[in-house]
Amino acid sequence: MIEYLWLVPVFPLLGFLCNALVGRKLTEKQVGVIASSAIGLSFLMAVGLFLELSALPEPQRFVTQSIYNWIRSGPFTVDISFLLDPLSVTMLLVVTGVGTLIHIYSMGYMHGDGGIARYFAYLNLFTFSMLLLILSDNFLLLFVGWEGVGLCSYLLIGFWFENDEFAYAGRKAFVVNRIGDFGFLLGMFLIFSHFGSLEFDAVFRQAPQVLTTGLATAICLLLFLGATGKSAQIPLYIWLPDAMAGPTPVSALIHAATMVTAGVYMVARCHVLFLASPVAMQTVALIGIGTAFLAATIALVSNDLKKVLAYSTISQLGYMFLACGVGAFGAGIFHVNTHAYFKALLFLSAGSVMHALGNETDMRKMGGLRDKLPVTYRVFLAGALALAGVPLFSGFFSKDEILWKALNSPYGGFSIWLAGAAVAGLTAFYTFRLIFQTFHGESRVEKEVEAHIHESPRVMTVPLTILAILSTVGGLIGVPHLFNRFEHFLDPVFTRYGKIEFFEQAHHSVGLELTFMAISGLIALLGIGFAYLFYVSRPTLADEIATRFQAIYSFLQKKWLVDELYDAILVKPLQSTARVVLWRWLDVKIIDGFVNLVGRLIAWCSDMLRKVETGVVQTYALSITCGVVVLVGYFLLK
Amino acid sequence: MTIQPSYYLVLSGILFSIGVVGVLTRRNAIIIFMSIELMLNAVNLTLVTFSNQLQTLDGQILVFFVMVVAAAEVAVGLALIVAIFRLKNSVHVDDVNIMKW
Repeated sequence: MIEYLWLVPVFPLLGFLCNALVGRKLTEKQVGVIASSAIGLSFLMAVGLFLELSALPEPQRFVTQSIYNWIRSGPFTVDISFLLDPLSVTMLLVVTGVGTLIHIYSMGYMHGDGGIARYFAYLNLFTFSMLLLILSDNFLLLFVGWEGVGLCSYLLIGFWFENDEFAYAGRKAFVVNRIGDFGFLLGMFLIFSHFGSLEFDAVFRQAPQVLTTGLATAICLLLFLGATGKSAQIPLYIWLPDAMAGPTPVSALIHAATMVTAGVYMVARCHVLFLASPVAMQTVALIGIGTAFLAATIALVSNDLKKVLAYSTISQLGYMFLACGVGAFGAGIFHVNTHAYFKALLFLSAGSVMHALGNETDMRKMGGLRDKLPVTYRVFLAGALALAGVPLFSGFFSKDEILWKALNSPYGGFSIWLAGAAVAGLTAFYTFRLIFQTFHGESRVEKEVEAHIHESPRVMTVPLTILAILSTVGGLIGVPHLFNRFEHFLDPVFTRYGKIEFFEQAHHSVGLELTFMAISGLIALLGIGFAYLFYVSRPTLADEIATRFQAIYSFLQKKWLVDELYDAILVKPLQSTARVVLWRWLDVKIIDGFVNLVGRLIAWCSDMLRKVETGVVQTYALSITCGVVVLVGYFLLK
Repeated sequence: MTIQPSYYLVLSGILFSIGVVGVLTRRNAIIIFMSIELMLNAVNLTLVTFSNQLQTLDGQILVFFVMVVAAAEVAVGLALIVAIFRLKNSVHVDDVNIMKW
């Protein structure tokens, strides 16, 4: 099976080609089946690969398969080759598994949309790029996948491009991503110039000899800039909330479960480089927790269903980067896993709610949907419990693991743990604020909409149910000391090039760990309790606090004014420079002026020259005669 | 006193120059053509002179050619003048100036 590793990205590629070229002539069902089968096949292969890889003894769980000699340019050689190891197979399972469910769900959600063939084509293209990214064994091929997912993100966010706002959202995503990519490219250049190769194995093996702390810091900060763009961290997270303009399954797949985790995956993959630079590690950890906090506060006051989930995603990604920054790469990937389940579930359930309410996303116009949408309510609840970190649900274990490791890491410490715990509390609060406002209480739904409320079809609810089961029990494989299979599985990847000392030597009492676990659980329940207080028992309390702390409230409502800040210091100056300097002066006056000058010069010369044509024949005869005289005279006098 | 061949050549040169001046100065198209004929005949005189001086027939044969060409040219030229006259009612060359810039 491992010999067929290369097939895994090929199935979605074929699906893309099929739907892109002939999709418009097929029926909706055919298009959906083609796309879902393509990724479904990849998932089945991923399962097979996982089983085969696990059957190998631990040190041998690194299989490289070279497909094609891509670039051979003197010392610069890059091949299209894939690496299968515990990390990539884990990501593979998540991407193809959750992806398949989302494809199937999309068949129901996008029913009736005229561009459905284009939609599935883009989804398959995205999957292909993401798989390239995950399976790549060198930086350049990873970057190809990186760019590919960025492109598909743009295409899918602006899927309903007839709407200007949506199109701008797509453009914003692409441009912000590109800024990150610039950092990524510079990082790659540095790597190549110092290591002479872009292959992971070659680079990581030589790292101890080649890297100085300064070089490692430079490389890692640049690579991390790329990660902040792709995975929506400070300073480049601004595109993700706007990306909610795209169809909800897109938000689930790309902006929750897969694409945004590419940054985390990349940092985990390059752990060797990051561990060599304390500055980079600390930066990653601080930006992670900072973003987690900022996004959680904004989610607190947002009234749009999808925007709350978007900010929640940014916040949870912050947790994942916090994990990587403190050296707990395995915990970060574990959170990627569980987050994929419950965040995809939350988004898809939100889609189910929107489907029932005719695309309404304003929570102020919802309420009391619990009885009208029972299945949706239950799966939504499962996802919310997981996100909030309620004990025994998947999110609890992964989040707790991150916080515990952060507490014990030299890059973490108690204050970081405290911040993380605070964010966990906020998370529980805004998550259940969402549940209570949407499903409980009096119905605030508009009358015409209320008449059409119906539960979603099975093609949508079955994937939801599967994800709900995963969100509930999916964390159990990572329970420390009991199962801990997950991090154990990933250990060979993160110890292949050297152990992480501070965790190796840490011996903390199990009792302390369980205590902190209990505290995490308590915080989650407290958050839920407060949300209940604010939105069920005393509904006016929220408004009272909002008016009392008007300044803070509106600051949060305005998303910390970050977009406005960027607008003022970057966007507007760039635009006016482009308009005044580059366009009006350089382009119009100088370049156009130069071209016009050449034209005028030619015209002037011809003005001078045409005076020769007098129209009087005798002047022509005269010039002929003069010519003859000159010639004859020349030869006579020679 | 015998006539030296050089006298003929000088005469020919004078005739040729008169022809050139006529072409360049006169404004009546027919007079210009006459001047052209004068130039051609001056050349004929030169050719015959040399033929006699070198006692070969080549020069005189060439004169035949020149005369034929002159005749053909006159035919065509006069046809052109007639056409222009029919258009402009004038043989004044200054009137034919639409090719002026």
